[in-house]
Amino acid sequence: MAGSGTAHMRNTVDSVLTVRDLTVEFRVGKNKTVKAVSGLSLDVVKGETLAIVGESGCGKTTLARAILQLPPPNSGEVIFDGTDMTLLPKENLRSARTSMQMIFQDPISSLNPRMTVHQLIDEPLEIWDRGTRAERDERINKLLFSVGLEPDLVLNRRSYEFSGGQCQRISIARALALDPRMLICDEPVSALDVSIQAQILNLLLFMKETYGLTMLFISHDLAVVKAISTRVMVMYLGKICEVAPPDVLYSQPAHHYTRALLNSVPIPDPTKQIRTELLQGEPPSPMNPPSGCRFRTRCVGASALCAEQEPQLREVSPGQFVACHHPIV
Amino acid sequence: MSVNFDTPRGSLEAVRGVDIEIPAGMSVGVVGESGSGKTVMCRAAMGLLQGSTVNRTGTVIFDGHELTAMSKEQVRELFGSGMAMIFQDPLTALNPVRRIGAQVSEGLRIRLGMSKSDAMARSKELLELVRIPNAAAVLKSFPYQLSGGMRQRVMIAIAIACNPKLLFADEPTTALDVTVQAQILQLLRELREDLKMSMVLVTHDLGVVAGNTDYVAVMYAGEVVEYAPTKKLFADMRMPYTEALLDSIPRVDHKSGTRLSVIAGRLPDPTNRPAGCGFAPRCKYAQDKCTTDHPELKTDPDGHIYRCWFPIGEAL
Repeated sequence: MAGSGTAHMRNTVDSVLTVRDLTVEFRVGKNKTVKAVSGLSLDVVKGETLAIVGESGCGKTTLARAILQLPPPNSGEVIFDGTDMTLLPKENLRSARTSMQMIFQDPISSLNPRMTVHQLIDEPLEIWDRGTRAERDERINKLLFSVGLEPDLVLNRRSYEFSGGQCQRISIARALALDPRMLICDEPVSALDVSIQAQILNLLLFMKETYGLTMLFISHDLAVVKAISTRVMVMYLGKICEVAPPDVLYSQPAHHYTRALLNSVPIPDPTKQIRTELLQGEPPSPMNPPSGCRFRTRCVGASALCAEQEPQLREVSPGQFVACHHPIV
Repeated sequence: MSVNFDTPRGSLEAVRGVDIEIPAGMSVGVVGESGSGKTVMCRAAMGLLQGSTVNRTGTVIFDGHELTAMSKEQVRELFGSGMAMIFQDPLTALNPVRRIGAQVSEGLRIRLGMSKSDAMARSKELLELVRIPNAAAVLKSFPYQLSGGMRQRVMIAIAIACNPKLLFADEPTTALDVTVQAQILQLLRELREDLKMSMVLVTHDLGVVAGNTDYVAVMYAGEVVEYAPTKKLFADMRMPYTEALLDSIPRVDHKSGTRLSVIAGRLPDPTNRPAGCGFAPRCKYAQDKCTTDHPELKTDPDGHIYRCWFPIGEAL
């Protein structure tokens, strides 16, 4: 993979977010650029949870931040609710962001330690002037309650008094304060213990149903992704390998990279250990990505064609799109 | 063995009465959530916890030597050639201002008395043994120039340099990507076999334990609450905590959208351990007795050890 193409785009009126040909590059020193995201397209339909998986450095987080224009991408369109975010003037961008909120990986450092929980959740409501003091207080209580925190006990405490799991609950309450249409979660459970991770994942599923949210869920953990997503996109070095519904992707991966990723996930059952050929080496530098298919240097199925021509995304089974010259069938 | 730390809030019981045996040549997994005492247990066993606030009681016997009765210098003699450790974060465990070659060869020169050039040549072999490509160049590199996976390979090369009998691996793959994790775990499996080395593998990941250990010790609130051969533990769990932990993890072999079971609540405060079973407030099988009486370790005829009044599979 690691190819381009738009075959996986559904172009329906239900799309909450449509990203077309997004490119993000960072200049590092003289004449060197890191190609973090290269010509990537995706769409997220209302009520869907699109998960983006890949190894560190594949551009997952950069993609999420570019969607929020933090910083704006080098080129490409980000159409959210019918408007292209990349063309919006600063003031309109701020108000557009209210309906697209983000949850970060490290729950403790993403909350201001000097603010009380009340101030943290009130801040967005106050800035956007949502209701009177009493209405806002009621909203804050309701939000805290819905994320499983007891408002009376937590309102006047600060983030350092809470555990990681509780801080992530506060972050979720804060992100939902403005009734966003879309929630972007960047590795929201990676820093948490397994028992807490299950609580937060269930909470996100519950919130999604309650608030009718559309989610973009970024994670390196394939098991977490399977539990929460309705569509999965596998990324490698700034490009898409494969897009498919989770049950299809996990049971019959079409891309060699997807299969290699799945084979390296440890399964908590001593009787189900698969010992296949592991993916060798590490991803090449995004400063100088391989020609053609970006995965070809580590791919077991690579041929001469893979070096010459970049594979385009195409449908191999209903809803399953793969960018590979020699997909697994 | 027990370990207490003196803190301003009183004595913190990090490890409470742990009895554990690492059979020669075997790999023993230690699993548990953060704060369950996994790391403290390993460090205390090696005698790495020192200072006036640390109180370690009990005995640690390694290869016939009673470590707890030996002086610091005598224990130090065993580091490298007797036991070695690799850590979770290889970047902070390696010295940032010394070249890789100097760090790998240090143990060889001190423990095995090799000359500088011999030690360097052997270091290169060690780096090749842990499958580092272009070992000669890496010898001259600094840790910041290497990726996380390469750094962890360097740590492993340092740890196995003097053929230790026992390797403590403390969350060796937690900071790595899954594909690199799989490579490192495979490397550890092969090295263990070739070098006839025992290993204690500390991890929070039951998946890592399932494929890489012969025995498992499950820790909760400073105690070993279950200990059994790995296959037996997964096939026939006795401890409700182990079951709850396994049920709470998302798995790739489950259907998507499966709701996870949740362990309500959190670990008990280590400065104020409850009188009964530490897991009782979160346990779905808990009875009155569990909150008042601390459960004793029980051993099944087949050697399966657990700490529970009402283990799974027994009628109430």
